[in-house]
Amino acid sequence: MSREQKAVDRARKAFLTGRSKSLEYRVTQLKNLLRFVRERQSEIAEGLKKDLGRSEGGTPLYETLGLESEINLAVKYLKEWAAPRPVSKSMMTISDQVYIQPEPLGVALVIGAWNYPWAVTVGPLIGAIAAGNAAVIKPSEVSSHTSKVMEDLLPLYLDKELYPVVTGGVTETQELLKQRFDHIFYTGNGTVAKIIMEAAAKHLTPTTLELGGKSPCYIDNNCDLAIACRRIAWGKYSNCGQTCIAPDYILCDPSMQDRVIEEIKKNIKEFYTEDPKKCLDYGRIINQRHFKRLMALLEGSTIAVGGENDESECYIGPTVLRDVKPDAKVMQEEIFGPLLPILTVSGADEAIKFINQREKPLALYIFTSDNKLIKRMIAETSSGGVVANDCLMHFSVSSLPFGGVGHSGMGQYHGKYGFDNLSHLRGCLIKQLKMEGVNKMRYPPHTADKLGWARFFILKHVDFGSLGRMALVALMAVFVAVILQRYFTD
Amino acid sequence: MEKQVVDGLREVFQSGRSKPLQYRKQQLRALHRLITERQADIEQALKQDLNRNTYNTSLFELISIENDIKSAERDMADWAAPRSVKKNLNSALDDVYIKPEPLGVVLIIGTWNYPWAMILQPLVGAIAAGNAAVLKPSELSEHSARLVKELLPLYLDKDMYQVVTGGVPETQELLKQRFDHIFYTGSSTVGKLVMEAAARHLTPVTLELGGKSPCYVDKNCDIAVACRRITWGKFANCGQTCIAPDYILCEPSIQDRIVEEIQKTLLEFYQKDPKSSPDYCRIINTRHFDRVLALMNECTIALGGESDCSQCYIAPTVLKDVLPHFKIMQEEIFGPLLPIVTVNGLSEAINFINAREKPLALYVFSSDKTVIKRMLTETSSGGVTVNDVLMHYTIDTLPFGGVGNSGMGRYHGRHTFDQLSHHRACLIKSFAMESLNDARYPPLTAARLSKAKFFTQHRLCSCSGICVWAVIATLLAIGLLVALIVVLI
Repeated sequence: MSREQKAVDRARKAFLTGRSKSLEYRVTQLKNLLRFVRERQSEIAEGLKKDLGRSEGGTPLYETLGLESEINLAVKYLKEWAAPRPVSKSMMTISDQVYIQPEPLGVALVIGAWNYPWAVTVGPLIGAIAAGNAAVIKPSEVSSHTSKVMEDLLPLYLDKELYPVVTGGVTETQELLKQRFDHIFYTGNGTVAKIIMEAAAKHLTPTTLELGGKSPCYIDNNCDLAIACRRIAWGKYSNCGQTCIAPDYILCDPSMQDRVIEEIKKNIKEFYTEDPKKCLDYGRIINQRHFKRLMALLEGSTIAVGGENDESECYIGPTVLRDVKPDAKVMQEEIFGPLLPILTVSGADEAIKFINQREKPLALYIFTSDNKLIKRMIAETSSGGVVANDCLMHFSVSSLPFGGVGHSGMGQYHGKYGFDNLSHLRGCLIKQLKMEGVNKMRYPPHTADKLGWARFFILKHVDFGSLGRMALVALMAVFVAVILQRYFTD
Repeated sequence: MEKQVVDGLREVFQSGRSKPLQYRKQQLRALHRLITERQADIEQALKQDLNRNTYNTSLFELISIENDIKSAERDMADWAAPRSVKKNLNSALDDVYIKPEPLGVVLIIGTWNYPWAMILQPLVGAIAAGNAAVLKPSELSEHSARLVKELLPLYLDKDMYQVVTGGVPETQELLKQRFDHIFYTGSSTVGKLVMEAAARHLTPVTLELGGKSPCYVDKNCDIAVACRRITWGKFANCGQTCIAPDYILCEPSIQDRIVEEIQKTLLEFYQKDPKSSPDYCRIINTRHFDRVLALMNECTIALGGESDCSQCYIAPTVLKDVLPHFKIMQEEIFGPLLPIVTVNGLSEAINFINAREKPLALYVFSSDKTVIKRMLTETSSGGVTVNDVLMHYTIDTLPFGGVGNSGMGRYHGRHTFDQLSHHRACLIKSFAMESLNDARYPPLTAARLSKAKFFTQHRLCSCSGICVWAVIATLLAIGLLVALIVVLI
């Protein structure tokens, strides 16, 4: 038996003991996870610095604060999320119990990515634990230092049978994908996602795929350009552009281009000083392969800002490209780096057309003071999520489902969605063995009369909610009448 | 041909024709007219496919479709409206909501046992959610397939909703095309192939599959009523129902009583000769006839067992003392054979169920609440009905779908709409309050970080209109109650 097979087997056996069923157990594990995040900040930060050149402040801001928030949310609301959810009844079920019961699926596989290794590996894990599953955690080998921290330290805090960490590269992942899981949660790129879904199909395993794409950023003439560019610069150059929801490219009117470039240049200087290479808050490209890939994307485009690079450090300075053409190299794939191309379009119509000719992105950004335009752009395009007048922020609103559509992915998570995504929502109908007379209409021999009754009971819609409210109002009216009568006769 | 169909539909979808709710309602009304005006034709087709009689057709297919259409028309505005969510301090001043959007072109692959419901119920949700759709009815129920191909374009917008008929090669060709969602009802074997094909385009899937739905009869229950309900659910449509009670688990002491009660009920439902009862259906074709008949081989027949291959007729049959290793316990029966497997109590029944794949439905008959509670908490299944069979299917507020080998995804009522929509997260900010954002900009100092921490950690409630009214109404009611008491005393 391979190491991967053993880990999955052990996780399944541990799941079948039923110990993750109790809410107390899940809360304990979640609280342990919280302790881990808090107690091991320095190890986490150290790993991230080695992998991505992340500054010390970057660790909580981009990774652990979000995790703490999600864990606290899950601990606070777990009882509510896991409780039976009653649904509205019909005339036929008026005396029955009708509800949806969330249940664990079994053993989940969480495959993480390297760009925010904690957020996208532990993030889904929170939902898996809260929903009562076991989970095999496969961190990305590309962020190798972080992967080692996970492998060494997570077992010291979490149930090591229920939540094993399995490290490795392509071979180990392929071995894992041969095993049978009850859900596979993958964050990464579309090419690998297809392979994962194909592997999942062999076991009829549902998948959540958090992928990417080219997230467009439209800047309207009518907007506060200084603030817009500040927010865009932050969203683009955080983590050196290696963010699945980074604004990939800008669409704007030709008349705005120069000002956009000027404003972004200003903000780059403010955030990262005159020499971003020396600035602690500016990261690095993850490895040589991606460095080379990004440098190749510059081909054929005009550099307006930046362009400095140093292969020995995998350093590429914050870069803006101007007058980029749709067929330029940089427009053919998700950039995932600190290159910000600007394409000029004449107005929102052309921008919408441009966006719709391409695959549905993970995020869409619109900068405008015109609310009508925001509504229009949302109505006439599609994307995983959308933020108007800022970047990235929908990721941190835990009551919003985070996920893609089309090539940018399937399934959603964060907050309750993370819980629901990794649960089976079982439809339950509890009847009694009495009132058998009512069932006559469904039994053979079938007659027109019986059918008539069946139609009546099934199709007649009674809004018990509003009936109840009306009854309450009537009761209150009676109270008022009695009070008034007493008052006037006293 | 299939590529042309899909490309054409996508083009029309992208023109935005199905965006307005008015359009969608119009199409749903047209669909309603189809099933009411052409009911006789539909009944005729089903009679030829499955020997279904007119009442059966209505009861098992048309009423469910009608119900879904009615609730979609009535509630569509509510379903399609932006849904507000709870904010945190960071987003306190923003507009935060989820916007349901159409996915695009949906492929609906139907099956032959309830050929109209399995195709049209998903279609109702696809239309309501604003998608275009390709319908691929099962070629096994060939009369229904032909009829739906003929009728749909006469009622619905043929540029948005098309029917493609055919067998395996046509389905394979369809599966090569790119869809925005594939909704498949059928077997687990083909389900895997559908999902594999979908993977090539990263297309999400809903798979409504099957399995062996266990039916546990506790000795502590009204066995007569239990058997009546089980008999109805098992032998309707000649056992060819994805959520039919596949087999019974019970203690040896009540096995004979169960056989007796089922016999009584069968006489009442289908009279002495079910073959001549207008309410008893036939097996879909000779291949399945042979398959089902062969499952009886090792078993002891307690009731029935008669068959007539010229009519694909198999009598309602009950098999007793069936052992777990018999052929009949190795696959979903999908026919009118009801095996009884004896177990020594609830724990053994639960172990038996858990040793097998998660079924689409689970049934338990008992007057004992603790038995019911244990059965529900210690097993898993797509759905569950206690003290009856099939009925959770009819409740459109319950999500209908499988888990594990019995499927993924869910539908019925609003759940179909949600399943065939994209729930787009929307965050609308303004340019104001930029100073609050300082916390996140480099240089990342300790002061900035603690500010960021403060804003992400705290949540606000979402004050929706209903919430406010509920609070006001409650306070008013309490106030009045107090006043009433004061006045009366």
